[in-house]
Amino acid sequence: MTPAIEIREVHKRFGSLHALRGVDLTVEQGEFFALLGPNGAGKTTLINILAGLSRATQGCSRVMGYDVVADYRDARRALGVVPQELVYDAFFTVREMLRFQSGYFGQRKNDVWIDELLHNLGLTDKADIYTRLLSGGMKRRVLVAQALVHKPPVIVLDEPTAGVDVELRQNLWEFIRRLNRDGHTIVLTTHYLEEAETLCSRIAMLKEGQVIALDTTHNLLSAHAAVQVRLKLNPNRLPDVLRPLLAAEKAGCFNLVLNDYSGLEVVLATLREASVVVDVLEVSKPDLEEVFLRIMGQAGKEAAR
Amino acid sequence: MTGLWTLFYKELLRFWKVGLQTILSPLVTTLLYLLIFSHVLESHVQVYPGVGYTAFLVPGLVMMSMLQNAFANSSSSLIQSKMSGNVVFLLLPPLAYWEFFAAYVAAAIVRGLVVGVGVGLAGLWFTPVTLAHPLWMMAFALAGCAMLGAMGIITALWASGYDQMAAVQNFIIMPLTFLSGVFYSIHSLPPFWQALSHYNPFFYLIDGFRYGFFGVSDVSPELGLLIVGTCFLALSLATLALLKSGYKLRN
Repeated sequence: MTPAIEIREVHKRFGSLHALRGVDLTVEQGEFFALLGPNGAGKTTLINILAGLSRATQGCSRVMGYDVVADYRDARRALGVVPQELVYDAFFTVREMLRFQSGYFGQRKNDVWIDELLHNLGLTDKADIYTRLLSGGMKRRVLVAQALVHKPPVIVLDEPTAGVDVELRQNLWEFIRRLNRDGHTIVLTTHYLEEAETLCSRIAMLKEGQVIALDTTHNLLSAHAAVQVRLKLNPNRLPDVLRPLLAAEKAGCFNLVLNDYSGLEVVLATLREASVVVDVLEVSKPDLEEVFLRIMGQAGKEAAR
Repeated sequence: MTGLWTLFYKELLRFWKVGLQTILSPLVTTLLYLLIFSHVLESHVQVYPGVGYTAFLVPGLVMMSMLQNAFANSSSSLIQSKMSGNVVFLLLPPLAYWEFFAAYVAAAIVRGLVVGVGVGLAGLWFTPVTLAHPLWMMAFALAGCAMLGAMGIITALWASGYDQMAAVQNFIIMPLTFLSGVFYSIHSLPPFWQALSHYNPFFYLIDGFRYGFFGVSDVSPELGLLIVGTCFLALSLATLALLKSGYKLRN
């Protein structure tokens, strides 16, 4: 099957800034894919190249097999992009904007789908209001509707939930999930890592224009996440053997960091031998945020070497 | 072609929605010129034999308002989209660069013609206007609006902000229109300025347009249209090349 997105050796230079340094990435059809990275890592630049808003200095990209430069018309038809910036056209109402956007993609008389989009995004009662009068969250929904108006098989959302309240975020993800179930490929960037963790099956992490991690969410979590253990001991003294694992000592508790769950056994055995009683034991589940910070940190150290 | 039509329609709707500013206000400004200049000069100046100054002035003002409004339409629409960022709505869809060009130029022509017709009709209040060669008149009207529509696109693409846009409008477009013979025939100028006027493409637009009304002109309408047509072609090719390259739109 043709991959939904194929990025090969893409470089982008803005003057002396080397924003993308040879990015290789393939997203298969039907995937729910996250593109993570700190500000300035190159996520938006990469999306802009896919969308034809920017041109790669080197390398090529395809959307549903169509080259974004040579077959730009087919490539753009296959792609729906929700831009990060909250842009709108002050002259027009929500419905007018959606009709125009539909027309630009060559689809006239698209009102049935437009109504459905408005309904699903909770915009029905805003259809005839000027977009400039809507709140930030509502404007964001309009952008999502605009990106979906031509029913693209591949949907890219660049920080769609930035500045959006909890309820809308839930609604939005529910809707995007449904699109994914219906076969749409979803790529998103977000700074809310718990969103990426719960939604996405695969994750790429970008730093300084390079992919530094690319794996399934599950593998990333199990390979990189440290297990955190909080202990309250009686007597309140940590055996010296365990000192190297100590990350912090707070409010009479010891926070240890273990590489995996099997380390827990060793800790408990050591405590038993030292005749220390465990009053409180809390094990926290590894989350993507820690994995993210760890990977970013490692990449930083490697770069410094 | 649906994309082209949609963009054209959107551009029409855009200026129509702010008609007070885009149609009525240039109309009023132009009529003020007409009122004042005809009042002051009617009894003193006769440019062509048998043609009163007001009758001479009306076609000039019609053309001037068409040129300025055609330019304003494409340039302000595009610069606003660029500055507010909503130009992405046009860059994400599969619109071809020539569709982009055609829609903006066509909308500029419509805006120019709407204002021009308005000024012309209002001019009838002041003086009877003859139409010796309506087809020549139409040809120059279309060529003028199309040319300025293309110049508007180039300007808005190049400009990084409203300041640079206004600079082009005030330091290039305005002088070229005012000095093209809207208010006078270039025959009344000293030889140096007369010769210089021939390097101003707007001069041929106004001269040819006037020929449509009176059947009299400084340059033959065929030559005028050839020069104007060549200018339009060159500007169009330049605009298309800029759009194709993604100049300041797709970095």
